[in-house]
Amino acid sequence: MARQTPLNAAHRKLGGRMVDFAGWDMPVQYAGLEKEHQAVRTHAGLFDVSHMGEIEFRGPGALEEANRLITNDLARAADGQAIYAGLLDERGTFVDDVVAYRFNPEHIFICVNASNREKDFAWMTKNAVKVKPVDRSDSYAQIAIQGPKAFGIVQRLAAKPLDGVGTYRFTTGAVAGVECIIARTGYTGEDGFELYCAPAEAERLWFALLEQGKGDGVAPAGLGARDSLRTEMKYALYGNDIDDAHTPLEANLGWIVKLDKPDFIGKAALVAQKAAGVPRKLVGFELTEPGIPRSHYPIWKDGQKVGEVTSGTMGPSIHKAVGIGYVPPSLAAEGATFEVEIRGRKVGAKVVKTPFYHRP
Amino acid sequence: MSNYPADLKYTKDHEWAKQAGGVVVVGVTFHAQDALGAVVYVELPKVGAQVKAGQSFGVIESTKAVSELFAPVSGKVVKVNDALVDAPGSVNDDPYASWMIEIEPSAAEFSALLDQPTYVKLLESAK
Repeated sequence: MARQTPLNAAHRKLGGRMVDFAGWDMPVQYAGLEKEHQAVRTHAGLFDVSHMGEIEFRGPGALEEANRLITNDLARAADGQAIYAGLLDERGTFVDDVVAYRFNPEHIFICVNASNREKDFAWMTKNAVKVKPVDRSDSYAQIAIQGPKAFGIVQRLAAKPLDGVGTYRFTTGAVAGVECIIARTGYTGEDGFELYCAPAEAERLWFALLEQGKGDGVAPAGLGARDSLRTEMKYALYGNDIDDAHTPLEANLGWIVKLDKPDFIGKAALVAQKAAGVPRKLVGFELTEPGIPRSHYPIWKDGQKVGEVTSGTMGPSIHKAVGIGYVPPSLAAEGATFEVEIRGRKVGAKVVKTPFYHRP
Repeated sequence: MSNYPADLKYTKDHEWAKQAGGVVVVGVTFHAQDALGAVVYVELPKVGAQVKAGQSFGVIESTKAVSELFAPVSGKVVKVNDALVDAPGSVNDDPYASWMIEIEPSAAEFSALLDQPTYVKLLESAK
């Protein structure tokens, strides 16, 4: 039996088509993927992301403890700032990708992927020296509201002004009377918030946002739109584009790795890989002939299989068949060409600048 | 039920089939396009290709997924609707006008396909 978020009844009431995702019963779509995708790009979309996990480090030394587990540097962040980071093993490959929220040096809150929650918690517990992590996942529901109208909708319901909460900053406060962590974060390429609240209050917050956003064209959006939106931004999805066989340097996520900070798990491997050169790179590409790239399709160059597609779709906002995949560094530069094998046929592709989508 | 015309035959894989002057015209049903969402790519066989009942003759793709198209009857492909390749979205606009291929049947399989009430019952039982 798949796990249910506190918004399960709400999804069914709104006509959500439910599917199993990482052991959770989640809406893949309501009115239709493309409509929901466009709602997020032009108005606002509401996503239930309550299946994601939340792990906390609290007490003296919390920052140092968490910082030893992740690639990005919490010491360089301000209180009230969130950072995207890798959680790596000793080989430098991904255990998960996470967003770490610095409330203060004695309170670090980490949002992890639903599919990795138990694994991450076990990994952190095993490797924590002084401050042990606490799995708070069952204490939080999470609603993402994303799109150009998202700020206005949340602001009208919020008890305090939010214009000081910049991108990747967060605060706490009431939204529609529900106490939340209000984070200016997301996974769509649009402005918006991710709101963490108590599970018992999630449905009230969800419907308050829908009601408040009615005139702004807000729509509930499912996992289908979430995937097409993130793919257009070339945001990595754990299990597709990044996993325990790839490092952040290979995934072109060098910017989330701070090799000049004190030691963290995986650092030595990354230093060595940086010196030796990466064997492959994650690139964004578009097809130059008809077809749509999909994950696991082989990538060929000069009659040799040289890589694999990790994500791909027909981008609803860009009207192009685009993909993400690992290729040798010699094929990673913008304009480099290769072929993607689609059902036995080789289709031309070329590396392009990412993100694929840019806000108008 | 106007979404499923009474004069067509159907498959459990959600294709429709129509007999017209010795050939069988094939497309996908209202339910198929609705389940897929926006159709963004269609791949069809070449004229002259042999197809077998119940086996894949092409591919239809939505934003999120790839699905196979299954031949309702065996035979030779005598006509292909190439316009769909350039305008795959017409499958959503009108699935019954958006025929995909015409098959010159090599066996008497057409009459064994599902009639409209049976197909509609199948859809309802799957709900």
